[in-house]
Amino acid sequence: MIVGLDMGGTHIDGVIIKNGKIINTVKKPTDKDNLFQSIWTTLKELLSEHDKSEIQRINLSTTISTNAIVENKISSVGMIIQSGPGLNHDFLACGDENVFISGYVDHRGKVVEPLDFVEIDKAINLFQKNNIESYGVVTKFSTRNPSHELKIGEILKKEKPSQITMGHTMSGKLNFPRRVFTSYLNSAIHNTFRDFSHSIKKSLDKEGINAPLFILKADGGTMNISTAEKKPVETILSGPAASFMGMNGMLSTDKDAVLLDIGGTTTDIFFLADGVPLFEPLGIKIDRYKTLVRAIYSVSIGLGGDSSIGVEKGKINIGPSRKGYPYAFGGPKPTPTDAMIVLGLMAKGDRKKAYESMEILGKKLSLSPIDTSKLILETMGNIIQNKVNELLDEINSHPVYTVKELLHGKKIEPKLINIIGGPAKALAPILKEKLNLPCYYPKNYHVANAVGAALAKPTTEITMLADTSRGIVSVPELGIYEKIRKNYNLNFARKRALQLLEESAVSMGASKDEVETEIVDESSFNMVKGFYTTGKNIRIKAQIKPGLIHELRGDKYDEG
Amino acid sequence: MMKANNKLGLVFFPAFDWAISSTHPEREERLLYTQDQIFEEGIQDIEGIQFYNPVIAEDKDIERVHFCVPDVKSRLTNSHFISVGGAIKAFQAVMNKEVDKSFALIRPPGHHAQRVVYGDRGFCVVNVEAVMLERIRQEFGPLRVAIVDTDCHHGDGTQDIYWNDKDTLFISFHQDGRTLYPGTGFMDEFGGPSAYGYNINIPLPPGTGEEGFLYVLDNVVMPILDEYKPDIIINSAGQDNHYTDPITNMNFTAQGYAKLNEKLNPDIAVLEGGYSIEGALPYINLGIILAMAGLDYSNVHEPDYDKETLKQSVDITEYIKKVSELVYNRWKDKEDLRLKDLRGLNNIERTRQVYYDTDGILDNQVQNFKVCKRCSGVNTINSRSDNGYRIFAITIPRDACSNCLDEGYKLYKNTSTNYTNVYLQDRINDEYYSK
Repeated sequence: MIVGLDMGGTHIDGVIIKNGKIINTVKKPTDKDNLFQSIWTTLKELLSEHDKSEIQRINLSTTISTNAIVENKISSVGMIIQSGPGLNHDFLACGDENVFISGYVDHRGKVVEPLDFVEIDKAINLFQKNNIESYGVVTKFSTRNPSHELKIGEILKKEKPSQITMGHTMSGKLNFPRRVFTSYLNSAIHNTFRDFSHSIKKSLDKEGINAPLFILKADGGTMNISTAEKKPVETILSGPAASFMGMNGMLSTDKDAVLLDIGGTTTDIFFLADGVPLFEPLGIKIDRYKTLVRAIYSVSIGLGGDSSIGVEKGKINIGPSRKGYPYAFGGPKPTPTDAMIVLGLMAKGDRKKAYESMEILGKKLSLSPIDTSKLILETMGNIIQNKVNELLDEINSHPVYTVKELLHGKKIEPKLINIIGGPAKALAPILKEKLNLPCYYPKNYHVANAVGAALAKPTTEITMLADTSRGIVSVPELGIYEKIRKNYNLNFARKRALQLLEESAVSMGASKDEVETEIVDESSFNMVKGFYTTGKNIRIKAQIKPGLIHELRGDKYDEG
Repeated sequence: MMKANNKLGLVFFPAFDWAISSTHPEREERLLYTQDQIFEEGIQDIEGIQFYNPVIAEDKDIERVHFCVPDVKSRLTNSHFISVGGAIKAFQAVMNKEVDKSFALIRPPGHHAQRVVYGDRGFCVVNVEAVMLERIRQEFGPLRVAIVDTDCHHGDGTQDIYWNDKDTLFISFHQDGRTLYPGTGFMDEFGGPSAYGYNINIPLPPGTGEEGFLYVLDNVVMPILDEYKPDIIINSAGQDNHYTDPITNMNFTAQGYAKLNEKLNPDIAVLEGGYSIEGALPYINLGIILAMAGLDYSNVHEPDYDKETLKQSVDITEYIKKVSELVYNRWKDKEDLRLKDLRGLNNIERTRQVYYDTDGILDNQVQNFKVCKRCSGVNTINSRSDNGYRIFAITIPRDACSNCLDEGYKLYKNTSTNYTNVYLQDRINDEYYSK
C-alpha cells in the first residue's frame, strides 16, 4: 500500500494505491497559514478506514520550500564566494551578506591561488555581527576540486551554524552562478523545511505509522526525508512534476509524446522522448534565481478553463490572466469553461449565464453564441498548437557538440498527446485535429498529481570526471575527490560510477531491487602536452532511470 | 541575471569526435576546456546571448569558392561541412537581425585553404570565412566586407581567394613570414589588378605583445577601415598570438584579445588557429565573447597572467611603428602604385608554389588575371601537383561583364583534354562545372 499526497496552492490531494489500483482518494483545501496541519488532516482522513501497518511508504509533494522562497519567509544567509578570474562577480550577491574572497581553482581543478584565511575570519566576524547563522560557500570550479570549499566549511563549522551549504554538493554540473544561487536557497530554506519535517515525523510517530517518508523532487523522483533535510532545495517546484508523473502512470507510453495539464489558470506543457521524461538542461528557475535543481522540463502558459476572454479589433483574446470564476459560476468574465457549457461539453454551471456570456462576446464578433463558443475552443487549440511547435523547435535545436549528434542526433517527434485537467475532454478532439495526433485522457485526472507522487521512486544522478594526467577522480555530488592510478580507463570509470550511483540511491531510501542505473553520457579525451599523450580525461554522467514504481491499472479514454 | 548590451549569437561546435590525428593540435580535446570555462561562467544564462547549432554546408557552397581536386566529396569530411555551416549560421543570424553580432567557435579552421584544394594545409581544407561570405552574398545580395585576420599565421588562403576582389578588403597581421609558417604575408603582396591595394599584410616581429597589437589596430587597421567603410567586418579570429601558444612566438593575452575585439567591433568573428588549449583558449574565448556582447571583461585573465613580464621591448615597439607607417602609406598611395606597377598591362600573371604541409603535396601554379575596364576580369589557374593532377580552372567573378562571362564559358569549352580536370566557376549565375 502506497500513500501519495500532493499539496498544491489551493488543494491537497491524497491517494492510496494498492496492487496498482487506486483504493481511496481525498481532496482538501490548503490552509496557507498552516501547511503542516493541512497535510495532517488530509492524511488522517485518507487513512481513516485503512490499516496503517500496511503502508509501505508515504510519498509527499509539498510547496513548503517553494512558498518560503516566494513569500520570502527564509533565514538570513551569509555567502562566501570565490569567483576568480572571469565575469565580474557583482551579480552573484544573493545573500544577506556576501563576502568575495581571493584564491582560484582552474578548469582542470588545479589550485592556482591559495585561500587567504584572514578573509575567512573577517567574513565570520561580519556574519556574527549581523546574527547570521546560515552559510553558503561556493568557489568557482569547486566541482573540479572542492578543497577550498571544504576548508572554509571546516572553519565555519567551529561556529556551530544552523546550516552550511557547500556548492559542490548541490550538483556536478558546471555553472558557477547557478551553483551560488542554489547553495544560497538551500541554506535559506533549511530551517523552514527542518521544522516542517520534524512536525511530520513527530505526528507519524504519534499515530504509530512507521512507513518511510519520501519527498517528491522537481525531477519527478523522490528522496527520503533525511536526505531532504540536507538538500531541501531539491523539494522546490515539485507540483508540476507530480502531475506529470501521474499522467505517465495513467497513460503510459514508450513513444515521443506531448503532455498537457490544462487547469483553471494555466496549461503546463511537458514532453516525453521514447516515453522518458525530458529534463531541464541545467535546472529549474524559481523566483529570480536560476538553479541547478534537476527538474522535469515544463513550460506554463496563461491559458486555462477560467482564463478571461475579451475581444479586441474583431479578434478573440484568451488569457493570460484569470479574473475569477467562469461567468456560469458567477464570475465577471466569459471563459472557455462557459464556451464548453454552451456546447454541452460540460454539465456543471448555470447554462443560461454561460449562454449570456457567449452572446455578449458574439455580438462584437457578429457570431452566434454557438459559433462564438466553437471559435473559443478553436482559438485555445491554436494557442496550444503554436506553443507546442515553438517549444519543439527550441528543444530540437538544443546545442550539440559532436559531428555524430549533429548528423544523427535524436529529434523529438511526438506521436501522441496525453491531456489531463478539467477542459481535457472538451479539447481533446480539437487538439487531435490541430496537431494531427491521437489524443488520450485518463479517467481519474483530478487526482493525477497525488497518483504521480505515490508512484514516484527515488532518483539521483552523478557526474564523474577522471583526469589520469592529474591522477584524480571526482564525483562532486558525493563529495568524492580521490587519487587514481595512471591506467584508469573508461571501463573502470563506468563500473565505479554505476556502483557509486547505486550506493547513493540506497542511501536516499531506495531498495536495492528497485534501483535501475544507467549511463546517460560518457566521453574519454586524449590529453596531450606538446606532442605527447599525458593521460585521459574521462567524463561520465549516470542516473537512476527515471520512471515509476509501476504503472497504474485502469482504463484510459481514447479520443484517437 | 546579467544582460548583454549587444545581442550575441554563439555557434559553439567543438566537434568532440573529430581529429586530424590523436596527438595533432587539431584534436578532440581542443575546445574541451573552453567549453568548461564557458559553462562554468554561466554564459548560457546571460540574457541576449543566443546559442545556435551549425547548419550543414552544401557541395555548391564549397564549389563557389574552391576548386577541389578531384571533387568536393573526396577532399572534405563531415566535420568540414559542419565547421563551415557553423560560420554560415552565425552570419545568417546577423543578417536576419536575430542578433547584433555573432561568434562562431568552430573547428577545423580554414584560413590557409586557397582557391585550389588538393588536400590539407596548415590544418585547413576549406576556407571557412570565404565559403561563409560567398553563401551570404548569394542569399542576401552584394556586401562590402572587410576581413581582418588576427591569427598569428598569415591568412594566405583568404588572401588567395580575395586577391582580385575590391569588395572584400583583406587585412592580415601576423608573425613575420620569415620566422613562421606559411612563410608569406609581406607588404608587397598587394592584390590583383582589380583590387590593387586591397590586400594588406602587416608582418610583426616575434615577441609582439598587447602594446604592439593594439598599436597596429589603432594606427593601421582602424584608419583603413574608417576609409574603406565596409558593410560588414569579419574577424578571422586565430588565438595563437597568445604568450603560451606552443607553435608561435608572440606575447599577446586574453585581455589584449578582448580589447582588440572591442575596438575592431566585428560583426562576425570566426575561430581560426590557437593551440594553447588549456592556458589560453578558455580565457581568450571568454574575453572575446564578453567583449562582443558589450559586457565587462576586465576581470578575464589567465591564471599566470603578469603584465610586467609580458611587456614588449622598446626595440619591438619602434620596429612595429615603422612597419605600421609603411603599410599605412602604401594604402594611401595605392592608386599611384597601381599606375606605376600595372600601367599598360592586359594580363597579370602570378606564378606560385603552394605546399600542403599536412598532406605533403606540392602544387605549381600560374594564375592569370585579365585586366578588364568594365569588371574585375575573368581569371584562370593552371596548376600541376606532384601527386599527378594537372588542372585548369576558370573563374567568372561576381561583377563580370558580358564579355568576360562569354570568355569564361569559351575557355571552359575549348580547354583541351590535356588536363586531368577542368573547372568553371560562374559566380554570376551561381553555376559550377567540371570535366
